[in-house]
Amino acid sequence: METDTSAAAGEARPPYLKVENVTKKFGDFTAIKDICLEVFESEFVCFLGPSGCGKTTLLRAIAGLDIQTHGRIEQAGRDISNLPPTERDFGIVFQSYALFPNLTVFKNVAYGLENRKTAKADIAARVDELLQLVGMPDQGPKYPAQLSGGQQQRVALARALATSPGLLLLDEPLSALDAKVRVRLRHEIKELQRKLGVTTIMVTHDQEEALTMADRIVVMNEGVIDQVGTPLEIYRRPASPFVADFIGAMNFLSAVAGGDGTVRIDGVGLSAIECVCVQDEGTAVTLCLRPEDIVTRGVESGAPNAFEATVADLEFLGSFYRASLTAKGVENTRFQADFSVNLVRDLGIEAGKTLTVAFPADRIRVFADS
Amino acid sequence: MTDGPQAVVIEAPLVKPKVGRENWVMRAGLAVIGVYLLVAVVFPLYTILSKSFQDSRGLFVGLDNYAEYFATPALFYSINNSLTVSVISMVITVGLAFGYAYGLTRSCIPGKGVFKAIALIPILAPSLLPAISLRYLFGAQGMIKGLLMGETIYGPIGIVIGEVFWTFPHALLIIFTALSLSDARLYEAAEALGASKLRTFFTVTLPGAKYGLISACFVVFTLVITDFGVPKVIGGGYNVLAVDIYKQVVGQRNFQMGAVVGLVLLAPALLAFVADRMIQGKQVALLSARAVPYEPKPDRRFDLAMLAFCGTVAFVIIGILAVAQFAALVKFWPYNLSLVLDSYQFDLMDGGSWGAFWNSLKMAAWTAVIGTAVIFTGAYLVEKSKGFEHGRGLIQLMCMIPLAVPGIVLGLAYIFFFNAVGNPLGFIYHTLIILVLCTITHFYTVSHLTAATALKQMDAEFEAVSSSLKVPFYKTFVRVTVPVCIPAILDISIYLFVNAMTTVSAVIFLYSADTQLASVAVLNMDDAGDTAPAAAMGMMIVYTSATVRLLHFLLTRGIARRTQAWRKR
Ligand SMILES: Nc1ncnc2c1ncn2[C@@H]1O[C@H](COP(=O)(O)OP(=O)(O)O)[C@@H](O)[C@H]1O
Ligand SMILES: [Mg+2]
Repeated sequence: METDTSAAAGEARPPYLKVENVTKKFGDFTAIKDICLEVFESEFVCFLGPSGCGKTTLLRAIAGLDIQTHGRIEQAGRDISNLPPTERDFGIVFQSYALFPNLTVFKNVAYGLENRKTAKADIAARVDELLQLVGMPDQGPKYPAQLSGGQQQRVALARALATSPGLLLLDEPLSALDAKVRVRLRHEIKELQRKLGVTTIMVTHDQEEALTMADRIVVMNEGVIDQVGTPLEIYRRPASPFVADFIGAMNFLSAVAGGDGTVRIDGVGLSAIECVCVQDEGTAVTLCLRPEDIVTRGVESGAPNAFEATVADLEFLGSFYRASLTAKGVENTRFQADFSVNLVRDLGIEAGKTLTVAFPADRIRVFADS
Repeated sequence: MTDGPQAVVIEAPLVKPKVGRENWVMRAGLAVIGVYLLVAVVFPLYTILSKSFQDSRGLFVGLDNYAEYFATPALFYSINNSLTVSVISMVITVGLAFGYAYGLTRSCIPGKGVFKAIALIPILAPSLLPAISLRYLFGAQGMIKGLLMGETIYGPIGIVIGEVFWTFPHALLIIFTALSLSDARLYEAAEALGASKLRTFFTVTLPGAKYGLISACFVVFTLVITDFGVPKVIGGGYNVLAVDIYKQVVGQRNFQMGAVVGLVLLAPALLAFVADRMIQGKQVALLSARAVPYEPKPDRRFDLAMLAFCGTVAFVIIGILAVAQFAALVKFWPYNLSLVLDSYQFDLMDGGSWGAFWNSLKMAAWTAVIGTAVIFTGAYLVEKSKGFEHGRGLIQLMCMIPLAVPGIVLGLAYIFFFNAVGNPLGFIYHTLIILVLCTITHFYTVSHLTAATALKQMDAEFEAVSSSLKVPFYKTFVRVTVPVCIPAILDISIYLFVNAMTTVSAVIFLYSADTQLASVAVLNMDDAGDTAPAAAMGMMIVYTSATVRLLHFLLTRGIARRTQAWRKR
């Protein structure tokens, strides 16, 4: 069983940020509906979802940049629901970096400090420290236009952290960067966040980014939260077909519930698949199973959830093969399974071959069709 | 909880955002701009509208004035006249400007920079000036009056020639831009498909420049129908609307009829404005980001033809200006051709003085400084503030109105509004302030659009970042927005300055003995028969505008050099 560490640990202490029934309307259009969420101190939370699902809207409501129409937001025990951004405590980084082009890197990072009437020497020391922190010492005198995208984003991060905010908000900070730079910055940002312990919310539509960086992921869809959980929970136990589909590869098979924790696919051929979810007998359901969870090595016919399937197609994807299979005798039940290169060699798997495969019961998710 | 999937019941309390200190500043700023535009644009226009329904004692008489207007042939014939000269000038100007721009963008003629600079000179002159030159060229003792074959220059012919000269640069700028934005790949495709030069012209060049041409047509039409300078000097007995207003107000002191003619003149200007907006709204960006700019290839015969054409146009433009300068220096045309500076003794002339010139400089400087500050700040508030959707929409609409209002109508509206009994702002009447205010308003729209375009190109999140850093937006405005927008700000101020120097129509009703202006002096000296001094003063305006333009050019280049470290473009 996966343990939801942060959530369990979180029950003990009060949340740092509490979002209660937040709704934001643009005219008649409701961008986010009745959002409830808790974020704990020092946590790294990702809002993940397809473009247009309301991630930015929620982030901007938390920042006070576009205040929600309904609902309450509490930060560090303080009700900030209706406060303008200047009266809140956060730093923010945008996809566009939004660096001030006419100010040097130094001046950009110092921008928030100068307004606080901090002594000049202290400002200089703090800026140097921050530039060191983001791996850009000695770049202070340059202008943003003279930096690469990745460097600009580091400066934006340093500027957002300069005033030591309690909450760091990142809106798709890596989307504008090249794939390589993106992967490197992912680690740098995560590392920095761990070191500083600053509570962080990052918006992204990139599942890989969310899975690798977040302590907890908030999966959003059409203005509502579908699931909140650790990356492992989200991946292993998606709470809805949407989440199942959005993250990773997934087989979706139509089935009927047996009412006793079993489901049947196509009425015949397969039966008695053990299932963790119980549905009333006869309910139309969808069965979800990841291709990499399907097993064939050492599966005897007659084993639980085992059945014969024919390889229709085998696609080489570099580190593994993705096989398209059809259940024997039920040609329209088609699913995909990932087999390691070793396995394919050892068992001589090729198109046309019939295998005995098993759907491990603890990996199957079943959702009632709506 | 819910009756069905559609019914979203929101139980959480409605949030009433707290208005922070910054929001108050922003709202106050918006309110100030809103009130400014109400006072400078809306109220005066409302006053002129209501005046047109009143008799001389201020009693409401319904449509009586309009009935009288249309029952007086001498008045309503002007509508026909105005439309005629406007349409003819429009066709000629746009045709010439298209040929000239075509030569500059599609041929390999030498000296393109010089040609472009020459074509823009007329912008620096008041519209009165070409008309004065035309007198010397084609008048009773004109240098080349034989060319007219017995026709008189005083009438539609003179008006059209003068207007074509004066509106040429406006049309050229628009069409030049449209032709510059062409994609070489389209031409390569046409060539690869074996299309002839002519066919390529009609299937690639013209469609690409379509919106530019339409826009140029509307701009020229509006400029001509609302212009007052050219027909005043060279129109003779050929009445047009803009001059009718002047005659009604200054000649006959019939303010009500002036208001009626003003509204009659407003109609075509407004129509052209609305039509242009609607057509331009249909325009989709033809130019993709990957477009390759067109590079013309040498073609001897074609290049020579274009050189001949552009050379002729440039020669005429310079010629008209040279004649004005010559007229200003000649002792007594055509009898004594020795060159003297007598005409520059403005203080000895009826209706002119060196004081007028200094007043103009002062007025133009104030207009540039105050106008740029007000317009840029206003555009910033409208573009970057949050909430207040309706209020901002209204302000934006008010910013657009001045473009549709002829200067002479605006000037008349200002008399009605600011000279009204009981107006607390009445004290600015007959001062430099009202001249500055009226001039800023007259040229508000173009300046506003320049500012808005520059502001739209800035990152939309500067304000968000600055508020997250607890820096008030006005500090970021000063430290970031203004420095980044300096090129646009300089463009606006030079535009305001040059227009303030050259405008006659907007200020003709508003100057007083103490606030005579150079452009008005040109008109008055010409009226009094001192044509040579009028030409001299007109050329003084040209030289001043040209000098300021040159300074602007050097300043812009210097700033571009100094800031190239952070400016990418
Ligand atoms: N200012 C706005 N006015 C109207 N609709 C908006 C506005 N901002 C966002 N929306 C709409 O709200 C929805 C959610 O937008 P957003 O939060 O930006 O999505 P995401 O960040 O998840 O891609 C979208 O359908 C978008 O069109
Ligand atoms: Mg977004």
